Amino acid sequence: MAIKELVEGTREIAKAMGVTLKHLAMPPVTVESPDQPIMVYPRFRGRHYLRRYENGLERCIGCQLCEAACPTGAIYVEAAENTDEERRSPGDRYARVYEINLLRCVFCGDCEEACPVEAIVLGHEYTLANYDRRDFILTKEELLEPPSPNVIIRPEE
Amino acid sequence: MDWIDLIVIPVIKGIILLLLLLTSTAYLTYGERKLVARFQVRLGPNRAGKFGILQPLADVVKLMFKEEVVPGHVDKFVYLLAPILAVVPAFAIFAVVPIGPDFHLFGRTISLHMADINVGLLYVLSIASVSTYGVMLAGWSSNNNYSLLGALRTSAQMISYELPMGVFLVSLLLISGSLSLVEIMSAPRPLWAWIWLWIAFPFYFICMLAETNRSPFDLPETENELVAGYQTEYGGIKFGLFYLSEYLHMITTSAVMATLFFGGWRGPFVDQFPILSIVYLSIKILALLFLFIWVRASIPRVRYDQLMKFGWKYLLPIALIYLAITAVLVLALG
Repeated sequence: MAIKELVEGTREIAKAMGVTLKHLAMPPVTVESPDQPIMVYPRFRGRHYLRRYENGLERCIGCQLCEAACPTGAIYVEAAENTDEERRSPGDRYARVYEINLLRCVFCGDCEEACPVEAIVLGHEYTLANYDRRDFILTKEELLEPPSPNVIIRPEE
Repeated sequence: MDWIDLIVIPVIKGIILLLLLLTSTAYLTYGERKLVARFQVRLGPNRAGKFGILQPLADVVKLMFKEEVVPGHVDKFVYLLAPILAVVPAFAIFAVVPIGPDFHLFGRTISLHMADINVGLLYVLSIASVSTYGVMLAGWSSNNNYSLLGALRTSAQMISYELPMGVFLVSLLLISGSLSLVEIMSAPRPLWAWIWLWIAFPFYFICMLAETNRSPFDLPETENELVAGYQTEYGGIKFGLFYLSEYLHMITTSAVMATLFFGGWRGPFVDQFPILSIVYLSIKILALLFLFIWVRASIPRVRYDQLMKFGWKYLLPIALIYLAITAVLVLALG
């Protein structure tokens, strides 16, 4: 009995050590994050950005539907009238103030859904750490000029 | 024998050996982290310097500059003594390991081992047992349930595994007929003796795993049940000393095993080029260290009762049977 157990145990240990040795020969799967791009899915929901039309006009018309749709109240929009001298967006109004509090945002994507002109979109940027709590509130300027995230988009099967 | 032979040369040899051992221990931690990472298909430390080569330096500096905290409820003298007791024997064992053949320098014969004592094997055994005290006293003086349990386990484990280890060494003694490590290594061995010794090697290696508290026998420090065992109350460089002693033990036991089972520094062409002896010994030690790390990456920690059962019900009988057969073989063939 004891001898059988011993033989059995030796075989299992040899098997275990074979498995680890096989893995030793494999190339590491680690992605060295800040230096190497991360794979994200095409519909990954990261930091928001505001889109523009090709002619440079802002898409946002200041309708505040995103503010209403936001479940955590992370979005604050203040609209203003467009004038003929200063035209920001094609509609009657534009967003004079557009702020997103990233500490509140849960990245649910409801603002995207609510937007009638597809102005607010969740991008692929995910490195959102900051040193100051104030910096977590994205202003309209920051939203209009999104950073290009260091990611590769995973092909959708 | 003048004073240079008696004092100057041993001191120089000792300092070189100490520095060599300390550096290699530091790089063993790096090598282990790197290797275990590769076993797990990760990269391992690679931020400090090229390929993370400065990682051990960063670790040591970090440990050195940590605040020295002595908890209020400990037995202070024993608490501070324990890490020292853990480290010193690990260094001391290396004193009897032969590193190379004698060579001549400035008209003097310098032997490449600290001491060739005629009871070298007994010395190794006894000094290795002293390091158990380091762990025991650490657990006891910490005045903490987890530390005490860890220390109790260690002492039980080390005593259980020292027994078969000793019996295997007795078999080795029967074959070589000497207790001096230099003589065991340099005495010519017939082929049957080599093969017979290599049969014992896996069992001896298992004993050494338990002796050095390495995975899968690292029960004294089981994180999941004992926090960190006897090390719980230690921080900063005091913890560093325990860490150092564990890795130092790996190196010294590997060196002893290389000397006993694989011919130490001997290898082809070593008589023409004595410098090769160090290379051969290093290669043998590195191979054994790789084995230590490989086992760690492969086998999960055993349960305490399994550890005891294996030690007393398997290893000890095997060692005794092995001893009996060795005696017969020596009589019949030797």
